[in-house]
Amino acid sequence: MSHAIMTYAIQQQGDSRSFPAGDAFLTGATKDADVVLHLGAPFKADAGKKAVLVELNAECLAEHVDEADPSCKNVLGFARYRNGGDAPSKLIELVRLPVTDAAAIDAAKAVFEAAGFTVVVCADQPGRILDRLLRPKYNAALRFLDEGLATAQDMDTTCKLGLGYPDGPIERVMRGGLKHHHDVTRALFETYGTAAYAPPRLAVAAAKRGAR
Amino acid sequence: MGAGIAIVAARSGYNVVCYDTAEAPLAKTVKQTEGFFQKSVERGKMTEADRDAVLARFERTTDIVRLAACDLVIEAVFENLEVKRNLLAQLAAVCRPDTIFGSNTSTLSITEIASGCPNPERVVGMHFCLPAQLMKLVEMSPGILTSDAVFKAAWDWTLACGQIPVRTQDKPGFILNALLVPFNNDAIRAIEAGVADAKSIDTAIKVGLGYKMGPLELIDLIGLDTQVRLCEAFYPITLDPRAACPPLLRRMVAAGLLGRKSGRGFYNYDGNAMFGA
Ligand SMILES: NC(=O)c1ccc[n+]([C@@H]2O[C@H](COP(=O)([O-])OP(=O)(O)OC[C@H]3O[C@@H](n4cnc5c(N)ncnc54)[C@H](O)[C@@H]3O)[C@@H](O)[C@H]2O)c1
Repeated sequence: MSHAIMTYAIQQQGDSRSFPAGDAFLTGATKDADVVLHLGAPFKADAGKKAVLVELNAECLAEHVDEADPSCKNVLGFARYRNGGDAPSKLIELVRLPVTDAAAIDAAKAVFEAAGFTVVVCADQPGRILDRLLRPKYNAALRFLDEGLATAQDMDTTCKLGLGYPDGPIERVMRGGLKHHHDVTRALFETYGTAAYAPPRLAVAAAKRGAR
Repeated sequence: MGAGIAIVAARSGYNVVCYDTAEAPLAKTVKQTEGFFQKSVERGKMTEADRDAVLARFERTTDIVRLAACDLVIEAVFENLEVKRNLLAQLAAVCRPDTIFGSNTSTLSITEIASGCPNPERVVGMHFCLPAQLMKLVEMSPGILTSDAVFKAAWDWTLACGQIPVRTQDKPGFILNALLVPFNNDAIRAIEAGVADAKSIDTAIKVGLGYKMGPLELIDLIGLDTQVRLCEAFYPITLDPRAACPPLLRRMVAAGLLGRKSGRGFYNYDGNAMFGA
């Protein structure tokens, strides 16, 4: 997809999970730009921008803006997918609201795609696409481990050989950090209330022990 | 599926008897098998003499008595408990008492299948992946009564065939389908819930995790009707809500959208080109 070149400014407060210190994307920011990104900095509406982007962690965009407010037509949320403590991926989940303008989505995509990211657009629902789909799978795998269905290694081998995955669910969730997994899945469990998101024993134990 | 498993055994030096109730499926496997080894020759992976030697190790028959001398019989018949139980009863009458019976079932219980056999300790789950001649994984599961010696002998046989076995309990879907079927359903439910479209979901999974295929592309490949059947096999036993068939999946199957094989599923297939639905 080709877009007009879009400039971007960054308002940052604290660390960003999407763009950790030293990330090349941070160095591409300019001052007076078409698009502004809020990385941890408090959200400020700016109708003069082509898009105002709010970095999201586990929360929904509607926790930052009133989604019924028509002045938020150019506001989008985003998160760069990252498996816990692993390096961030090339994927940006771009979160739209019912009022979001197509032009704002295009502007946001142009910024990220010019920097080499792949962008997918999703609704403002807890867990977006990836946490929504992955956390129940990791929970199931961790429960299977407790139930003795198979060893961790055999579960991972099955997914790699049978499905061509680059890594298995157990090695992946362990590498990302069980506490991180616990925090994400617990937040989803509180919102959705379905057993699939209930943190499994190993994750609860890691969180209570204060392990990673 | 049976033809692929036969190739795995024959190329590892075992004599193979392929048994089916009808001639037509056997004739089809002859073509597939000869085609497979011919390709191996053309690709320089095998000499013509080796190909001829492998093909000479195959026998095909519609007479179950020809299985009498086998050390191991792996069934890959219809995925139906009664069919499999009946077959094991017939096999028990024909084969030696120490012949091992492997079952390639994807969704049924090894213990329940083994109950068709007077000595169920010799029945073991050996779930190959399609296409078996290319996929190394074999999920191996002992039923409740399977003997350790039988499990070990079957395990060693898969290793001798160059396969990679993993051990799993006799539970619905073993490892692979127990993880995959609910995950694929969740992807369908994300579309139903208006989270994103199929292409965005697949792209997120592929770019975010490095998978070769997204869940919706995979369902299109295996067939939406197959996904329904998998749900129907697992949900009544596990009562796991994630395994329950998503309403959208049923509606799509009712509308004839079965995936690649029907030309449309979550995507449209126009010749080789794939478009977002
Ligand atoms: N297709 C897959 O992706 C796949 C993957 C893994 C495991 N499996 C399992 O393999 C088995 C077979 O699946 P398939 O897709 O090859 O099915 P299929 O319908 O293509 O083939 C089954 C064959 O069994 C024969 N048959 C039926 N009853 C028989 C009997 N009593 N005695 C001898 N032969 C008989 C049929 O004539 C047919 O040729 C099933 O248990 C299935 O769950 C299939």
